Order: sequence, then C-alpha cells, then structure tokens
Amino acid sequence: MARLAAFLVFVLSLAGTAQAGSLLPEIPKATGEAHAEGNEFWRKNHMDMMQHDRDLTLRMGERDIEASLKECFECHAVKDDHGTPVTYSNDKHFCRVCHDYAAVKVDCFMCHRSTPDGVDENAQEGNSHAGLMSRPEGDAGEVAGYLERVKRPARRNMMEAGE
Amino acid sequence: MKFRMPAEKPMDSKQPPAARAQAKKTNKAEMTRRDLLRSGAAVATATLAPGVTLMAFGGSPAEAAAADAGKRWGLLIDVSKCQEDCNGCVQACSEENGWESTGHPETDAQWIRKVTLKNTATGHTQSMPMMCQHCESPPCVDVCPTGASMKRADGIVLVDKHTCIGCRYCMMACPFKARSFVHEPVVNQKSHAPRGQGTVESCTLCVHRVDKGGTPACVEACAAAGHDAIIFGDLKDPNSEISKRLAEYPSVALRPDLNVNPGVRYSNFG
Repeated sequence: MARLAAFLVFVLSLAGTAQAGSLLPEIPKATGEAHAEGNEFWRKNHMDMMQHDRDLTLRMGERDIEASLKECFECHAVKDDHGTPVTYSNDKHFCRVCHDYAAVKVDCFMCHRSTPDGVDENAQEGNSHAGLMSRPEGDAGEVAGYLERVKRPARRNMMEAGE
Repeated sequence: MKFRMPAEKPMDSKQPPAARAQAKKTNKAEMTRRDLLRSGAAVATATLAPGVTLMAFGGSPAEAAAADAGKRWGLLIDVSKCQEDCNGCVQACSEENGWESTGHPETDAQWIRKVTLKNTATGHTQSMPMMCQHCESPPCVDVCPTGASMKRADGIVLVDKHTCIGCRYCMMACPFKARSFVHEPVVNQKSHAPRGQGTVESCTLCVHRVDKGGTPACVEACAAAGHDAIIFGDLKDPNSEISKRLAEYPSVALRPDLNVNPGVRYSNFG
C-alpha cells in the first residue's frame, strides 16, 4: 500500500506538481505544442518509440521521423542562466531529471549530442558528458600502480624459486 | 505531427516469452509491409514515366527518400584530376561529419584520407582520396559479431553504433583500412552524424545527404575546388553520369583480387 502511495506521489510529481525542495524530480516545463498522444503515453513509451525509429532511420534510410532526440530538444531542452541549452553533464538536463531519480543510466549521449545543433558543447563547464558515462573507476596511474603492486611479489617469488 | 507508434500493445515484460516474440514479429511485419509499399510506389512511378521522372528529379530529387534496393550508390574518382596539394575532400568530410584531430595522430579518426602513390620504377607519383569503398560483399559485415556493421539496400555500408561493441574485427577485416575506432569521449557531434567513444566508424557516403537527394560533402568540395575528380551517382542506373563514364572509360576497383566489388572506383589510375 505504501508502495502504491509512493508511486502515486511520483506520478503526480511527473504531472508537474512537485514542490520546490521536494525529493521528487522537478520536471522542466516544455515549450511548444503538447503531444497529441498525451504525456502519459510518452512517459511510458518514449524509449520504445525512439528504438523503433532508430532502426528505420539508420537501416532503412527513412528520415521523415519525428520521434528522434533532435525533435525532443526542440521543446524539452533546458536552458541555463545565459539562455544556452545545458548539456547532459548538467543535472538539470531534461533527460537527467527523471533518469537520475530513477537511477536509469542512458547512454544515448555517448554518441549523440545532448543539445540542439549550433550549441557549443565544449564551451560548457564539465562538458565531458560523454566521459561521464564511460569513465572507468580510477585513472590510468592508479591502474599502473595496482599492476605494479600485484606484479612485484610474484616476481620476487619467481626469483626466490630460481635461487 | 506524425509519429510512428510502437506495436499496438507496448511490450510487457510480464507477458510470456512466446507472446513477446509474437509482438516483436508483428512489429517487424509492419516494417516490412511499409517498406514494400514504399518500393512499390517507387516502381510504379518509374514504370509509368521513366524518362519524365529522371528529368524531373535530375536536379533536386526530393522524392529520393530512404534506402532503395533499386539503387546502388557509388563514387568514381578520376585520379588524374586529383591534385596532390589539395586536401579539400578530407577537410569537407571532417567539417560535415564532425570528426577532427584529438592530438593523437596514431589513433585519430580518418573517414577519408589522401594517399600518394609512387611508381618506384619511374618515379611518377599520383594522389587520390581513400575512404570506405562501400563493397557489395563487405568483409566488415561478414565478420561483425553483433550485426552492427551493415549494408543498406542501396549499397551504403554503415556501422550501427547502437549495436557496435567496439571489438574492431571489422577494422581488421577491411582491406582498405577504411575504419577508425573512437578512443576518446566525444562531445559536440553533428546531430546527423552521431559518433562516440568505444565504437567504430567510417565514411557513410554522407548518407544523411543522400537520403535527402544530395551528394556527399567530398564530391561537392572537389567540384568547388574546380577539380571535379569525384563523381557520385547510382551505379544501377545506366543513364547516370557515373554509369556512362564507367561504361565509356576504363576504371579499376582497388584490390580486385578480393572480389568484394567496391562501389568506389578509380579511373586513370596506375
């Protein structure tokens, strides 16, 4: 029952009624016309639709497709204080608002740009959003250090055995 | 606004596997039917008025949408017209598709490169661009373990980065060294040319332009530089400029011994 209540609250928050300071995600307001199919439909099915259409576009060359990331940006892109759309590295990015909350990692932006065309993603602070998703834990130095630590006793053992 | 809906009932993870498979099948069938309808329409147009259609869409083939199995896109490169000191095609490709140097020349992406060949016996040198040869039997497609390396119905060979796992078998299989692996995280991509770390990429024959009836960026740049060394066109259309030239003058495919039948051919070469 508590779970159902929590879900209800979540759904309500998705409808844009989240209070500031609440633990629930604050869904950024979109511009433009509302989806004819309704927001509920899109919230539930957006990934299926994009997945279906990506194959049509890439493999079949069908370019007359509107369920694409590019189209999403048109209305949903969140702008920073200077009016520049934010990249995925910013936690205000419209994809991250919900996906961070739901702890669902999207890897779209390893290859796709996360802002509309024409925005200089390099100009933004912490722009390495592609790295954000793929950076392994620790840096190269740490790995080398680890290998060194692992190798040394082994080598010593071999030498001892040789002696 | 026009959207493609997913299958009637969104796939439910609670459904038994058989039902899910059925749902998938329906989805696929729908795609195929749509595809058939589209090609059917294209054929009808061509049969009703072949000459008129060709003339009408000769300049701006706005209707030339989607990968059409009745076409095979290719390039003809006239090596004698290619200038050794010109890098226009490479520059244009880089700008169009958003690949650039990361400061690591040994691993940087090269969708297209200029190659200089020297005949050691005579000292005669020739310069020409090399890119994905868009083979009819692409070795890169044969070896791909995930189906990411693929050939479209119209002969354009692409990497589907959605399914590419970055194993680089295709890079080893390619006889032309046409593919590159992206080593660093990438931002600021072009929206029509997504590319990212951990995937393989290569010349797409500017598929985003071709699908809208355009020509690849390298071809335009070569023409703009006044060299006209690259021609783009449909190899299956006997009336296209490229087919006429191929029929009239000798040309070669690189590595003909491999029988991969490249869509990119070179003339005045050797």
